[in-house]
Amino acid sequence: VYFKIWGLLFVLSIASYMVDYLQVQGLLRWSLIIIFMLLKAGLIVAVFMHMKWERLALVYVIVLPPLMLLVLLGIGAIEAGYTHLTRATFFEQTGLPPAPPH
Amino acid sequence: MSHEASPAAPLAPSQGMQGIVADFSSDQRAFKGVPWGKPMMWIFLVSDTFIFGTFLISYMVVRASTTVPWPNPSVVFSLPMFGKDVPLLLIAIMTFVLISSSGTMALAVNYGYRKDRKTTFWLLVATAVLGATFVGMQAFEWTKLIMEGVRPWGNPWGAAQFGSAFFMITGFHGTHVTIGVIFLIIVAMKVRRGDLDHQRHGFLTGRRGNYEIVETMGLYWHFVDLVWVFIFAFFYLW
Repeated sequence: VYFKIWGLLFVLSIASYMVDYLQVQGLLRWSLIIIFMLLKAGLIVAVFMHMKWERLALVYVIVLPPLMLLVLLGIGAIEAGYTHLTRATFFEQTGLPPAPPH
Repeated sequence: MSHEASPAAPLAPSQGMQGIVADFSSDQRAFKGVPWGKPMMWIFLVSDTFIFGTFLISYMVVRASTTVPWPNPSVVFSLPMFGKDVPLLLIAIMTFVLISSSGTMALAVNYGYRKDRKTTFWLLVATAVLGATFVGMQAFEWTKLIMEGVRPWGNPWGAAQFGSAFFMITGFHGTHVTIGVIFLIIVAMKVRRGDLDHQRHGFLTGRRGNYEIVETMGLYWHFVDLVWVFIFAFFYLW
């Protein structure tokens, strides 16, 4: 089993390296990167770390809390977009309309 | 379920939600049949997940909010080879080295439970060597970038935040790998001396151990590999 997973991880890594090597761009690029990444992460956790064979109670205790990070990710994304807009508006002449007076 | 205490709580897990409720309401150990070291390592790893998750998210925020163009990682991390620049070559090799070390670690855990002392020892040594190779290549990469003028406060190609995010994230990961290598060597010595077979007081640490510590070590090592998977995807490929 381990050798099979090992090989699979190699194939996935080569695949994600190829994404960069062949300069795939745009939406396809990052969806491929994320798919390969999640597949690799899943394989490592499930097989190498024996998660597949643990008690369900332990599995949930470990797997659920990191999902909180998704919330932080969302907050971060919103905040970053806002900051970017503000910087573009006030610090650089980018042709954006000036901020409305307040 | 009757209110009579069921004789000898079953060690075999019941299925689904019922199993979870039964485990947590059992008023004793929550994770039956699991050696204590393993949940402890997992809890540490969950907290480490938050550390690295926070790093990667702050990297995302910094990268998304800057108005200066971000350096193209596939150009920055390219390595001249046979007269032309191969993008990300070193990083790809590092990735394969780390995955291989994860493979040897998984095999070591397996042979450990079969009480095959010699094979376990050599597999642990192989893992440590691969880990050290990884750290070495990372040091080489850092040196190369620093020579090219990358600093935490700026770099020749674009957004100044690139340097700080890079050194912070890969530095933290490299530290984890280094600590892992040190512990791998300790565990390997314990295995070789046969401390684990006889539950003797160990090498460097006084605690008696058995082959479960090899698995706990393995959890840590796979986690380091796991983090690299994310760093590789978000930092180098994105």
